[in-house]
Amino acid sequence: MGLAKRIIPCLDCDNGRVVKGVRFVDIRDAGDPVEVSKRYCDAGADEITFLDITASHEGRATTVDTVRDIAAQVFIPLTVGGGIRTLDDIRMMLNAGADKVGINTAAVFDPPFVRAAAERFGSQCIVVAVDAKQVAGDAEPKWEIFTHGGRKSTGIDAIEWCTRMVDYGAGEILLTSMDRDGTKSGFDNQLNCAVSSAVRVPVIASGGVGTLEHLAEGVLEGGVDAVLAASIFHFREFTIEQAKRHMAARGIEVRLSGGTV
Amino acid sequence: MSTVAVIDYGMGNLHSVAKAVEHVGRELDLDISVSITADAKTIAQADRVIFPGVGAIRDCMAEINRLNVGRMVAEAMQTRPVLAICVGMQALMARSEENGGVDCLGLTQGDVRYFGDELRDRSGAWLKVPHMGWNEVRQSRKHPLWEGVPDGSRFYFVHSYYVETSREDLVAGKTTYGEEMVSAFADRNIFATQFHPEKSQTAGLRLLGNFLKWRGES
Repeated sequence: MGLAKRIIPCLDCDNGRVVKGVRFVDIRDAGDPVEVSKRYCDAGADEITFLDITASHEGRATTVDTVRDIAAQVFIPLTVGGGIRTLDDIRMMLNAGADKVGINTAAVFDPPFVRAAAERFGSQCIVVAVDAKQVAGDAEPKWEIFTHGGRKSTGIDAIEWCTRMVDYGAGEILLTSMDRDGTKSGFDNQLNCAVSSAVRVPVIASGGVGTLEHLAEGVLEGGVDAVLAASIFHFREFTIEQAKRHMAARGIEVRLSGGTV
Repeated sequence: MSTVAVIDYGMGNLHSVAKAVEHVGRELDLDISVSITADAKTIAQADRVIFPGVGAIRDCMAEINRLNVGRMVAEAMQTRPVLAICVGMQALMARSEENGGVDCLGLTQGDVRYFGDELRDRSGAWLKVPHMGWNEVRQSRKHPLWEGVPDGSRFYFVHSYYVETSREDLVAGKTTYGEEMVSAFADRNIFATQFHPEKSQTAGLRLLGNFLKWRGES
């Protein structure tokens, strides 16, 4: 027995409420982030990822309060992403109780920011979030980094980008397939496999989970270290515990006793 | 009222550990006050001391030495319970391989080693470094901090370096990641963990609660 594969529920939050956009439109309300986090933690979630999709500046203050409230009640690792652009943003989230921050757009526009962040706060708290989209065929697939919710191509190759981010000090890669996000058709495991075998840090797969078997496939076919999902948990289609049991039944090592010891 | 000082030498986020200790104190109905501090006097007067640490050892040791934290810990461990976490545990050792080799505090017997870039499990599968996530801790000996923590419980780890010691009698817990490593260490009034109890949910909170009740030695 050894290190368990992690299941990470993701809370997309807009102005203090949990929402989940299917392909970033049609946003549905899924509750209070503190209550939702507690429920996930009690059910055995291995970490919580909180993604702030609030557009307004005023909304940012709400986010800090929410992070503080979650951190006071949830004693598992908490990652906060969305709008992290400066060292002060990172400091503010860590002070509010986050354990890691997710950096996405700012990494693309200012790669040395990742290096500065890792040097200042340590790689262990720097997660680089990568939105990748397939741009070349299945025989020899290629993926590029996209920004603005998958609408703008950057022309940067996804695998090279992940390798570079790790060189800059990223402690973990949160890899989202923009082709799959919101589709419930399963992870892009070719992408997961390509990134996971290219970098030495843990990779979290995201985008496309619709069934419990999709979670297992991320590990078995994609070779990732952790799987992230939002909507299948938010709308109570499945519980975290069911997800863990399913993965265990597929021979994957998971932390089963989390909520009950 | 009893006091807990979390030593703040400017490295990383100490709020998590302080919040977890406060939470456990409330749950156990203990009257405790937690401070995050670098003040020698506050630390000298605290009933219990927590020595945390994240990030690179060279930076940590630079701040530890600049603020004279080593002396504070050395003094505390003579008379009071000290809990060292992650890089805090590593800093107690003699020397670390990180950053090309760094002298640590040498307050106990052990050294800090790198997992290596070619770490593999028994089946030959490549293991990621850092070792990040929930892994099992096998309790090597009885200790008041293990009270009520089931043997083999999973705790949350995030580290690329680990402690090695020739003093088997000081090993309190072991974990396997490619190789067997020391995940908990107990030397007189010090209990040290490579994992993060403050992030390890039920098992971690139980350990922190035990620390709040522990009077040292064992």
